[in-house]
Amino acid sequence: MDIAIAAENLGKRYGNHQALAGVDLEVRSGTVLGLLGHNGAGKTTTIRMLATLLEPDSGSARVAGFDVVREQREVRRRIGLAGQYAAVDELLTGRENLVLLGTLLRLGRRRARQRAEELLTAFELTGAADRPVRTYSGGMRRRLDLAACLIASPTVLFLDEPTTGLDPASRMVLWKMVREQVAQGVTVLLTTQYLEEADFLADRIMVFAAGRTLAEGTPDELKQKVGEEWLEVAVATAEDLPAALSALGPVAVASPTVDETGNRISVQLADRMGSIATAAAALEGCGADVVDFALRRPSLDDVFFHLTGESKPGPNKSGENPTTTAEDGS
Amino acid sequence: MSSLTGPAEFGAGTAGGRFAAVGDVLALTGRHLRHLRRTPEKLIAVALTPVAMVVILGYLFASVITIKNSGGVEYHDYVMAGVFAQIGLTCIGITALGVASDMGKGLIDRFRSLPMARSSVLVSHTAADLVPVAISMVAVGGIGLLVGWRTDAGPLPILGGFALLLAFAYAMLWLGALLGMVLRNMEAINGISALALVILSFMSNSFMPLSGLPGWLRTAVEWNPVSTVSEACRVLWGNAPASSGGSLPMEHPVLVSAITVGALIAVLIPVALRTFRTAAVR
Repeated sequence: MDIAIAAENLGKRYGNHQALAGVDLEVRSGTVLGLLGHNGAGKTTTIRMLATLLEPDSGSARVAGFDVVREQREVRRRIGLAGQYAAVDELLTGRENLVLLGTLLRLGRRRARQRAEELLTAFELTGAADRPVRTYSGGMRRRLDLAACLIASPTVLFLDEPTTGLDPASRMVLWKMVREQVAQGVTVLLTTQYLEEADFLADRIMVFAAGRTLAEGTPDELKQKVGEEWLEVAVATAEDLPAALSALGPVAVASPTVDETGNRISVQLADRMGSIATAAAALEGCGADVVDFALRRPSLDDVFFHLTGESKPGPNKSGENPTTTAEDGS
Repeated sequence: MSSLTGPAEFGAGTAGGRFAAVGDVLALTGRHLRHLRRTPEKLIAVALTPVAMVVILGYLFASVITIKNSGGVEYHDYVMAGVFAQIGLTCIGITALGVASDMGKGLIDRFRSLPMARSSVLVSHTAADLVPVAISMVAVGGIGLLVGWRTDAGPLPILGGFALLLAFAYAMLWLGALLGMVLRNMEAINGISALALVILSFMSNSFMPLSGLPGWLRTAVEWNPVSTVSEACRVLWGNAPASSGGSLPMEHPVLVSAITVGALIAVLIPVALRTFRTAAVR
């Protein structure tokens, strides 16, 4: 078991603000660790320290086997970094950007050009290669950005919110490209605000808040921490709610929670299959107009809100009405 | 940050030390020159300001301004050195904006995460910005000749004057780089560099002799590098009025300006490089 990134008690202070208060982490080679948290939780600070851009006030870290403070140059040879903003030169063309970075990575002119060509092809940018980056779409820019951090074939990749601001299709393209890298044995540390992204890409997830780690585990482990699955029923109008509620009463473990703005009822079931069948039959007979009937598992959203101790804005994301839902019962 | 300033900084390591650092500077300078080629409006703006000054001062004002005790030096001859020196000041803002806009984006983070010499980022910025400086000087010189600027100096003093002007401009480019890293904000940079341009060029002998100033102010203005550089060029080019005032900087402008410009460069470069090393991008 080979460890590609190891950090111990990493800490950073800015004046009175403790940006990072002693973080430990470990990432095995060829796996993806997702750092999940709000803005200001310390994710970017962690990445910047591991990528040798920032020196820790306390603690130490090794990346690809080298110390991030004492052996910066060795670390830099082995990492690729994609920051929060696509770090490409707007006035240069896509190709010029890649060749410039290749030259700075000291591949030599010839090899730099060759590598640029390979990456432009791999990231489907050949058609736009000789246009200034200024004219690229957000998705193309991110692709170029990711290509740029792969020039030196790094063994460790740091991605700081790689898909923030992208449309769903571009996001999916970028995710696939990250996965390809992982399949080739690259270790990835990524930060994200999107639980969906962490769920999709990460082997393990660390939840950050206020400069500390709140939890760590596989996506499934984290979901289990939050608790059981629950049944969610949506009815057509508010008038249907009382009938549906009384129909669901017998199968509920605790009293069901109601989200009136969405006409939704969430209920934890006593046993799985039997209760689902009973609930379905009771609803069928009660005359309420049921528009949605689904068994829900806790999402990473629920995990996140559960761990950070914030109430989640209703299960239907209607926002206004922070009804406590089933997952708070655990 | 002591470990960031060690010898490893300058491209040491297996990839080939200082030689590789030169390669980094060349690659990045190429980047800036491409920028310059792709945004010619920036170049035009830089060159046009001093050209306008030559036309306004050397042509429009020259007819109404005469210099006391000039010893035969016309105003349009006098003012040329001042306009040349002003080019350096104009370029403070250019470098500052360039550096600040780089710092504001993630690109500097990427550069910093590469195993390259970190100093090459600023070295290449300032090297590339010497191109607009040189272009401005050629434009100003050309228009100056058109409005009647003449010199009877030999080629060596003429080149000496331009070397001094370039050195002064180079110092100002590093001041601009420092300003860009400290201020970051584009509006603030525009404001401060415009202010610096006005104060440093008008609080000098660029456009008028200093005989009318009260004593304390006169001393300050005479030591202003813009004054000593302008006066040095006048002396070298034979454009200096007969009486220059008698103070140390005005009596020995070539020596004094060479020392002050050298000192500026010797201080500004290490301070700017250090600021760059410690500057966080966000």
